[in-house]
Amino acid sequence: MSASGSVPRDPDRDPGLQPERTRLAWRRTTLSVTVAAVLAVKTALHGGVSAPGIIACALCCVLWLGFLGVAHRRIRALASSPDPVAFAPRHATAAVLCTTAMAVCGAALVL
Amino acid sequence: MIEFVRNVRLWFAPAEVRRDGVTPDYRFSLANERTFLAWLRTALALIGGGFAVDQFLPDLRWGWRVGLALALLAAGVLCSLRAVNHWVRCERAMRRGEDLPVSRFPAVLSLVVAVVALVMVVVVLVGWEG
Repeated sequence: MSASGSVPRDPDRDPGLQPERTRLAWRRTTLSVTVAAVLAVKTALHGGVSAPGIIACALCCVLWLGFLGVAHRRIRALASSPDPVAFAPRHATAAVLCTTAMAVCGAALVL
Repeated sequence: MIEFVRNVRLWFAPAEVRRDGVTPDYRFSLANERTFLAWLRTALALIGGGFAVDQFLPDLRWGWRVGLALALLAAGVLCSLRAVNHWVRCERAMRRGEDLPVSRFPAVLSLVVAVVALVMVVVVLVGWEG
């Protein structure tokens, strides 16, 4: 089973592939954000085009871009070194605030 | 409550978390980060579900539709706020070498989801009759 005698293992590389798994977790999360944003935009533009609808739509797009920005920075940081720096609470808070604001936006649209 | 306020301050202050204790193995931090992301996806799924209830159940009465959508959106907000709070608490516990915090939140969330699912079943059945 084991590939003994094949390519020597890079000693810097974590055999558990933790940075890669974390990177993919960020990717999955950006996908979830995209789905939520698409549903939000659909809700915003459901009853025809109106000024509040356009504003909510733009807001959701900005929040989506904000989350993508946080995710992109983190993915770059994870890919750049074999011993990645810890995730900063500021970025965690930014990601959560994007999510929360999207939900608040949705509550305003639903009502 | 005071503990919560202190945690909220930590959300925005990365240096303060780093002052505590020693830096754990980076793999533990990454595992904590993935757990945070999994909770965030759960929150996003709840929020998406709220939008979906509003959009894809148009035959439902207004009160039921808006109530369910708002309940799901509120659950999403709670879940995401709790995600960052739990992440900060775990990070700090690891730095100090303490036990990881325990939480009732998963049980509460699963009960809420079960109740919402039951309500959905009832609403769909009643909605079809009416």
